Amino acid sequence: MRIPLSWLREHTQLPAEARAEDLMADLVRVGLEEEDVHRPSDEISGPVVVGEVLEKHPEPQSNGKTINWCQVRVVPEGQTQTLTHEGISPDGIQGVVCGAHNFEVGDKVVVTLPGAVLPGDFRISARKTYGHVSAGMIASVKELGLGDDHDGILVLSTLGLDPEIGADALELLGLRDEAAEINVTPDRGYAFSIRGIAREYSHATGTPFSDPAEAVSVLSPGEAGHEIRLEDEAPIYGVPGCSTFVARKVTGVDVDAPTPPWMASRLRLAGMRPISLPVDISNYVMWELGQPLHFYDAEALRGAVRVRRAEPGERLTTLDEKDRELHAEDLVIADDRGAIGLAGVMGGAATEVGPTTDTLLIESAHFDAVGVGRTRRRHRLPSEASKRNERGVDPRMAAVAAQRAVDLLVGLAGGTDTGEVTVAGEVPTPEPIRFDPSAAQRLTGVEYTREQVVGTLAAVGADVVDDGDVLTVTPPTWRPDITIPEDLVEEVARLVGYDVIGSRLPVAPAGRGLTPGQQRRRQVLSGMAAAGFTETLSYPFLSQESNELFGRAEDTGTALPTVRLANPIAAQLPTLRTTLLPGLLDTLRRNVSRGFHDLALYESGLVFLPGDIHGSPSIPGLGRRPGDEVLASLRAGIPEQPRRIAAAVAGDEPAAELGDSGRRRDWADALDAARTVAELLGLELEVAQGRHGALHPGRTAELRIGGTSVGWAGEVHPKVVEEWDLPARTAVMELDLSALLEAAAEQVTAEPISTFPPTTQDVSLIVAEQTPAEEVRSTLAEGAGELLEHIELFDVYDGAGIEEGRKSLAYALRFRATDRTLTAEEASTARGEAVELAVRRHGAVQR
Amino acid sequence: MTTTAHDEAVPHPLDEEAVDARVRDALSSFDAASDLDELKAARLAHTGDRAPIVLANRRIGSLAKEDKAAAGKLLGRARGQVQKALAARTEVLEAEHAERLLVEETVDVTAAPRRRRIGARHPLSVLQERVSDVFTAMGWEIAEGPEVESEWFNFDALNIAPDHPSREMQDTFFVEPPDAHLVLRTHTSPVQVRSLLERELPVYVLCPGRTFRTDELDATHTPVFHQFEGLAVDEGLTMADLKGTLEHFARKMFGPEAAIRLRPAYFPFTEPSAEMDIWHPDAKGGPQWIEWGGCGMVHPNVLRAAGADPDRYTGFAFGMGVERTLMFRNGVPDMRDMIEGDVRFSQRFGMEV
Repeated sequence: MRIPLSWLREHTQLPAEARAEDLMADLVRVGLEEEDVHRPSDEISGPVVVGEVLEKHPEPQSNGKTINWCQVRVVPEGQTQTLTHEGISPDGIQGVVCGAHNFEVGDKVVVTLPGAVLPGDFRISARKTYGHVSAGMIASVKELGLGDDHDGILVLSTLGLDPEIGADALELLGLRDEAAEINVTPDRGYAFSIRGIAREYSHATGTPFSDPAEAVSVLSPGEAGHEIRLEDEAPIYGVPGCSTFVARKVTGVDVDAPTPPWMASRLRLAGMRPISLPVDISNYVMWELGQPLHFYDAEALRGAVRVRRAEPGERLTTLDEKDRELHAEDLVIADDRGAIGLAGVMGGAATEVGPTTDTLLIESAHFDAVGVGRTRRRHRLPSEASKRNERGVDPRMAAVAAQRAVDLLVGLAGGTDTGEVTVAGEVPTPEPIRFDPSAAQRLTGVEYTREQVVGTLAAVGADVVDDGDVLTVTPPTWRPDITIPEDLVEEVARLVGYDVIGSRLPVAPAGRGLTPGQQRRRQVLSGMAAAGFTETLSYPFLSQESNELFGRAEDTGTALPTVRLANPIAAQLPTLRTTLLPGLLDTLRRNVSRGFHDLALYESGLVFLPGDIHGSPSIPGLGRRPGDEVLASLRAGIPEQPRRIAAAVAGDEPAAELGDSGRRRDWADALDAARTVAELLGLELEVAQGRHGALHPGRTAELRIGGTSVGWAGEVHPKVVEEWDLPARTAVMELDLSALLEAAAEQVTAEPISTFPPTTQDVSLIVAEQTPAEEVRSTLAEGAGELLEHIELFDVYDGAGIEEGRKSLAYALRFRATDRTLTAEEASTARGEAVELAVRRHGAVQR
Repeated sequence: MTTTAHDEAVPHPLDEEAVDARVRDALSSFDAASDLDELKAARLAHTGDRAPIVLANRRIGSLAKEDKAAAGKLLGRARGQVQKALAARTEVLEAEHAERLLVEETVDVTAAPRRRRIGARHPLSVLQERVSDVFTAMGWEIAEGPEVESEWFNFDALNIAPDHPSREMQDTFFVEPPDAHLVLRTHTSPVQVRSLLERELPVYVLCPGRTFRTDELDATHTPVFHQFEGLAVDEGLTMADLKGTLEHFARKMFGPEAAIRLRPAYFPFTEPSAEMDIWHPDAKGGPQWIEWGGCGMVHPNVLRAAGADPDRYTGFAFGMGVERTLMFRNGVPDMRDMIEGDVRFSQRFGMEV
């Protein structure tokens, strides 16, 4: 909401010297947030005065143009020029070259004198042109920043003005006025009017104000006016679409009469382009009183005006020339021909006020906010009218604003009030609220006196009946947002000031701190960073194709179930991630493109896995706890959203020695990252040869905990590397962190530490190439029995001396007993049993 | 015994002068040794099997019985002198050698290779942890919830009516089909409702997490962002408790000079409502008030929706953006830096924020 200061000053004691910033600083105290300043004088300044054209000599030029060499009087005859600037003539008559022709000798015009600055940092000076020294400029509407009209210069008589020569044209045209723009919260529609702001300014400063509505004397209904019928047969939430409709008729309107500069200036500062006097008047009244109006060409109306819901298949061409199909819920204004306007949103073209209009029918009506909002959304038609109607307009303003419009049409457009007044419907009255004044202290902690509470509510405009402990408070008609005692508490707190609210640190009951799951998650995230990985975050929006490629082990030929958005951020990214990998690889690629090639990244976040039940067909309403069954069904419809952790590696490890380029990262680094995550949680992953659609078929590990799959690690498939433009041998892992957190031990039980010396023995076994080393390892461990403390694979060899299709695996076994020093024989026996089991199970041959 | 040329250097075991001369030979050759290798040669020459004094000693056996004692004494003293001198010289040269070795092993420590580099946390993650720590230290719990949420938890339970503008597609991501009533949560407030439904009163919870709105990505907006919201519901809580909590929090995050200012505002889920500004003493461009978030007393309809009796309990709630906090607390100039995943951004922060 933009507030021209001159306008507000009419109704408040806003000081003459106050600037927009001062006003905003006051208003912010009552909750109207500052947004911006609109000050034409930041753009236009210096001597810009009224001049009278004394002489005009057309001079044809060689370029085909004709210019006018003019003498313009800028100081009243008999007076001397007091302005001093190079190029300003002391005798008060300026020689000016002017390219426009739409003026005559004797016209009063706006002269920008040397030293003036016009919008666009256009500096005026005396300069030689077309053989003359042009000491200034006769200004157009566009040059003054008043509008787009560039069809010649501004002749002041066209604005109905006959000012004194030499008068300050900036003042005359309202260019010294300025506007403060504030942000109005959606509950306070009344703040979208000078009337509402004047009251708020009074609240903020404690100074008196006058209600502009009080200045209007409303003609009572007498003479029968145009017939208006309220025929809403399908109210929304039981609230009629239109509660009050006031119609007035003004005849003999001169639609071409100029809009006075003071009005045009205020409208411009308010952010509205002056269009024509009737339109400007309706906007002006809306800005002043908050009541949107609509003017019909009365002669275009056919029969009674009805307010009803749209009929099936009904269409309407709105003022913006768009033909619209109406929805059965749209509230329309109609006459005998059908819909002629979308109630409270936009009028129709058929009954629009035009150049030949003589008689206006003024509509000033109160529409239901919900219905207006729905129609506005449905037709994507935001307007200043719908903005106000959606937030709630004071229903009492219908009659007042209609009268104000009549008065202005009579005063400015030469119209005559026909005296016809139609009032259909009734002004709804607010419900009284029972209010215990101590409630204010209960919520704010401030000890307000009873007088403070009653006085504040009265200042807000409420009717307060103070007879007993509990007050009966009827909110003012312009505050439909006040419906419960808590709303009244806010008014008291707001007007007395939030700065008197004290400060106290509440003591919560002894808490549990972070849950074990939250603690462990931190451990994992920090541990991964300490292990050399850099945490990144990516958006969860993916294409279905990315989900299918990375989100499952193999292409099953059927679509992967995904959660799909109705209004995605981009058409090609309509689904939510079922895997972190595409986002992580995008991040990896972005880093590569920025010149970083040695990368180890990780990301943790939720993935979205649709379940059998998807959402809920209906949901409960406000202000009531749903039953347990309803809550359970709401919860059941929410997709499963486990937390994952993923890592991606590419390029080299840091160099171990200077001059060394470092070790190339590969699939094993990805697997190692997964193992690091597990170890950070005290878990050991089971690793098996696996398959995954996006990974190298021979370099993919499936990772399990307790036999259940919890993720994958491996090298990205070379084809995917190519398609996704990734560094060669990029490797990734992804783990179900939720499952790992679940599996992590609550508590660790210690094992006795043996202080007896160990005995180590090595085993080399030749097995078939496809036999996983991990299986052989676990067989050896099983066969070696209790005495085995540790076993580790230390060599894999399939070179010379090893038969084709076979490989040699070398393991180091460490034996130790808890109660004695082992003999070499005991260790050898255990080793022998281990080997024997491996021979039986894997056909292994000792090397 | 055969006589050799060498034998000539071997003193007679009773020839004191000759023995002393050999001792002097030995001592001077030890002194002349400049390193352990030369000393080793000198040692072999003067104490080895062929050394004159050793050979002289060996000859004692062939002397007359009465001469043996004198010769033994003479050569014993001589050998003792030689051994002592050798030990002393060895000690000196070994010390010198050790010293020299350390000098030779000197490296340029500024040219060390990196063997293990740590990575980095994302500052948005770490900031959420720091905020959580402030509240857990006060006894609050950290609550979390799903990102795809039922419309009821995201809107209705929070007193946001079906016709409220924030429920429009231009603000909220809806899951297909829209009549399944699922959305990407637009704030972490649904977690507050879940917390109230799941816990016994009183409740003091902080809900950090990811949230979504249909904004275009630019320097100050992102469709995916993070919030932390606090909720306290107890008997006797007032706006003073809200302000006290925010002040404590602000000081923990921005230093002891930080302060909080409340301004009237509107949110459907609080009444009264306030915008909160923080006095940021170390702000870029000097100390100033900065808009930080929204707060207020929990609307009775929210308490009712969560099964709490508004006549008995009151509560306060507040919420701030993590990205915004990071921007003005840590001087991040552009929202895009936080979401692009450029490693330089995270690595600048390391493990801290």
